[in-house]
Amino acid sequence: MRVTFRLNGEATVIEAEPRQSLADAVRAAGFTGTHHGCEHGVCGACTLRVDGVAVRGCLMLAVQAEGAEVVTVEGLDAPDLKAAFVRHNALQCGFCTPGMLMTAAELLESGHVPDRAEIRDHLSGSYCRCTGYQAIVDSVEEVAQARHGAKP
Amino acid sequence: MTQIGRALPRPNARRLVEGAGRFVGDLTPPRMLHAVFVRSPYAHAVITGMDLDAARAAPGVVAVYDGADMATQITPWVGVLTHMVGMRSPPQPALAVGHTHWQGEPVVMIVASSRALAEDAAELVTVDYDPLPPVTDMEAALAPDAPVIHPDLGSNLCWEKRIDVGAVDVAFADPANTVVERRFVFGRHTGVTLEPRVITADYDAAQDQLTVNYSGQVPHMMQEVLATHLGLPQSQVRIVAQDVGGSFGIKIHTYGDEVAACAAARLLRRPVQFAADRYESFQSDIHARDHRVTARAAMAPDGRLLAVDVDDITGIGPYSVYPRSSAIEGNQVINLIGAPYTLPAYRARLRVVFQTKVPTCQYRAVGHPIAMAVMEGLMDDLAAATGRDPVVLREMNLIPDDAYPVRSPQGMLYADLSHQACLTRLKELMGYDALCAERDAMRARGVHRGIGIVSMVEITNPSPMFYGVGGAPVAAQDGAVVRLDASGAVHLSSSVTEQGQGTETILAQIAADVLGLRAEDIRVQTGDTAHMPYGGGTWASRGAGIGGEAMRAASVALRAQVLELAGAVLQCPPSALALAGGAIIDAASSTERMTLRELAQMVYFRGNELPAGQAAELIASRHFRVEGMPFVFSNGAMASYVEVDVETGLVTLLNHWVVEDVGTILNPKLVDEQIRGGVVQGIGGALFEECLFSDDGQLLTATMADYLVPMAGEMPDIEIAHVVTPTSTSALGAKGAGEAGTSGASGAVMNAVNDALRPLGAQISQMPMTPERILRSLGLVP
Ligand code: FES
Ligand code: FES
Repeated sequence: MRVTFRLNGEATVIEAEPRQSLADAVRAAGFTGTHHGCEHGVCGACTLRVDGVAVRGCLMLAVQAEGAEVVTVEGLDAPDLKAAFVRHNALQCGFCTPGMLMTAAELLESGHVPDRAEIRDHLSGSYCRCTGYQAIVDSVEEVAQARHGAKP
Repeated sequence: MTQIGRALPRPNARRLVEGAGRFVGDLTPPRMLHAVFVRSPYAHAVITGMDLDAARAAPGVVAVYDGADMATQITPWVGVLTHMVGMRSPPQPALAVGHTHWQGEPVVMIVASSRALAEDAAELVTVDYDPLPPVTDMEAALAPDAPVIHPDLGSNLCWEKRIDVGAVDVAFADPANTVVERRFVFGRHTGVTLEPRVITADYDAAQDQLTVNYSGQVPHMMQEVLATHLGLPQSQVRIVAQDVGGSFGIKIHTYGDEVAACAAARLLRRPVQFAADRYESFQSDIHARDHRVTARAAMAPDGRLLAVDVDDITGIGPYSVYPRSSAIEGNQVINLIGAPYTLPAYRARLRVVFQTKVPTCQYRAVGHPIAMAVMEGLMDDLAAATGRDPVVLREMNLIPDDAYPVRSPQGMLYADLSHQACLTRLKELMGYDALCAERDAMRARGVHRGIGIVSMVEITNPSPMFYGVGGAPVAAQDGAVVRLDASGAVHLSSSVTEQGQGTETILAQIAADVLGLRAEDIRVQTGDTAHMPYGGGTWASRGAGIGGEAMRAASVALRAQVLELAGAVLQCPPSALALAGGAIIDAASSTERMTLRELAQMVYFRGNELPAGQAAELIASRHFRVEGMPFVFSNGAMASYVEVDVETGLVTLLNHWVVEDVGTILNPKLVDEQIRGGVVQGIGGALFEECLFSDDGQLLTATMADYLVPMAGEMPDIEIAHVVTPTSTSALGAKGAGEAGTSGASGAVMNAVNDALRPLGAQISQMPMTPERILRSLGLVP
């Protein structure tokens, strides 16, 4: 089926089988930053944003994205967050990282400064097998504070 | 500024946060096919018939292969090490031939133009099975009347080892001594790398060349394994390992499905990709641990540890995994028990047992968490039995920091360790006395908190005495190449691979220091057998200690070339020159004489300006292996602080502290984050992770919803401090950090839970410590 949507800011038309997931579709379109860790909605590696909301790309069908605004990690405009991840070494293998960034970006746009417990809670749908999470929490906390004018 | 010791960020991290990783599944060469496997639904069965016609006729299907087809392409492998005397394992085919031995064993491979079409066709395969009795329980498997999985072997025992040193019986018989005994049960875990196993094989018939992109840690081992079992000259097999989405030891083994995908690529002369889905990962990635350990310890009235006696039985599935063998884990358990302590007498028996379950093999911190949890559990029991403080009892028995080298009763040679310093630092870091007071005050209010301490030893940087002597094609050394280009840029290549631990960054830091550059200015390549020096790759925490040492030596050799050439050009002895800031400087005055770029351009472009006979060479390679010691051990101490809800059985992690001695610290940020990640994997084993099977051998935890791993919300912040004792086996002094966190964390959490339970008269000795098991230990559920 033909699906027309905006993908990372560009008008995009793809041919998708009805059973194809959105994660598979964006990967096939060349945005391989969206990863498959489980394909059943648990690990969070496939998280992308559809109309501003973080969704699991493995649980959404490509055809459901008709007319939507889809953003993957490649199109995620959060240089401060990405830089903080690098600075804090908040990633090791980097496989979870796109999903983590998409999830964290959503929290950071919520308009308040979350504390560490809230950050941990918000990220609990995204598995990281490498890092131990602490550096990720440090990064998100620092960006949240910086965006609200607090000193890091 | 020296580069070693700087908390430099990783260049590859920048790429990964932009979603620009190059994971194997991201590569889709033209005409690529997808392989999908039909796997055995039974733990143990005879294959009586198969109908593959419907699958062959399905849309998009290019080929369908069964075990017999693959047996004509792939020779079977045997996962035994010859130095582990008496070890047995039968030949293992890539796909089951006639007989299946675990639920999930690959039976039929479908190759089709898309994964979805291959999966559709897999649904059309019919395989007839005659189920055989499953052999699931490791102890029952040894009973005389147990069904024998491999009839030719006569029993289900893969390997047995005994150690008996010192007056063990005397120590246990003397009534003046305190004796404690416990039976521990350690569940099966698996690695759950976030990126499942994936391989893309491509065969170039014109050159008879197989190129394999794989998500793994050991390119040269894979080259050897594939060449041998596919019958290709090794020079015709190229392995490329770029970004790897987690490995933890899971991705250093030989998997039949991966080898079969390579065989299919050769047969079909097209690229073939196999990417395990998560369900397949749980059924086919190696599992690990799975031990039952009965252990006792005897202590003199003055608190001196006298003897430990251990019986470890471990289930490994139906085959010892090739080529490293599945017996190393148990061997390390019995070799490491008691390692931090002065232990005069030790007895151990290890039995490694075949079962009809997913094969087990090496996973991060092989055997360590079992050994540490057992010994540290016994130490806490001894402390409790005699009313001693657990830290004081450890302080009395730790091998003194000035006593090395020391040989343990198991024959392990320990050097350059720092148990006393680590424990002292740990006490400071955690504020031990105040924490004990807080715990006691909370207890008085009915809040059940506990503190758990662990001292630990980790095996890192193995020498050839580990696998090489046993006949496994696993290189014990690593190689490094350092080259200066005409631009003045320095390029490194190494046989150690990068999985996010920061290999490439630390190698750059090492070379930068030797060559007077900034690490940021150096380019590093890893993970391609066509371009890298030969070496072992990444396992057993050897990247820094072995790969790094090779890089240091190669850099020193390049520096000598540079200085000699510069001396010839500048007409002064090389010893009067040094390198700094990308330039050749006068050693005495530090004034710049010429830049590296100027020298390189003269050498490469205007060699006529060099004195006749002067070698015009700006590239050096060196290899390094550990000599004189079988391993370079690292050590540390850890503490965990938990709260147990005695009504729900839930454990809340309040704090976790680690003091680790990894020798010279090359990059503190990378080391600390590796330790944290390791701690969280250890906590996973302590509280959450378990591969559960039904009695008939069906895997019950085959999705991420069933198999729990630690998530951000449950994990505490983890405080880390270091003691630095460089290893005397190398100039750099780096030991390994990869096992560090995982080794001790689960024991620390178990000790903390038991400290919380002790006033209630309860104890738990089974991991993971699920709420149900905790309630059972309290007698609250049957
Ligand atoms: S791949 Fe979608 S949640 Fe795991
Ligand atoms: S960095 Fe490897 S899974 Fe998170």
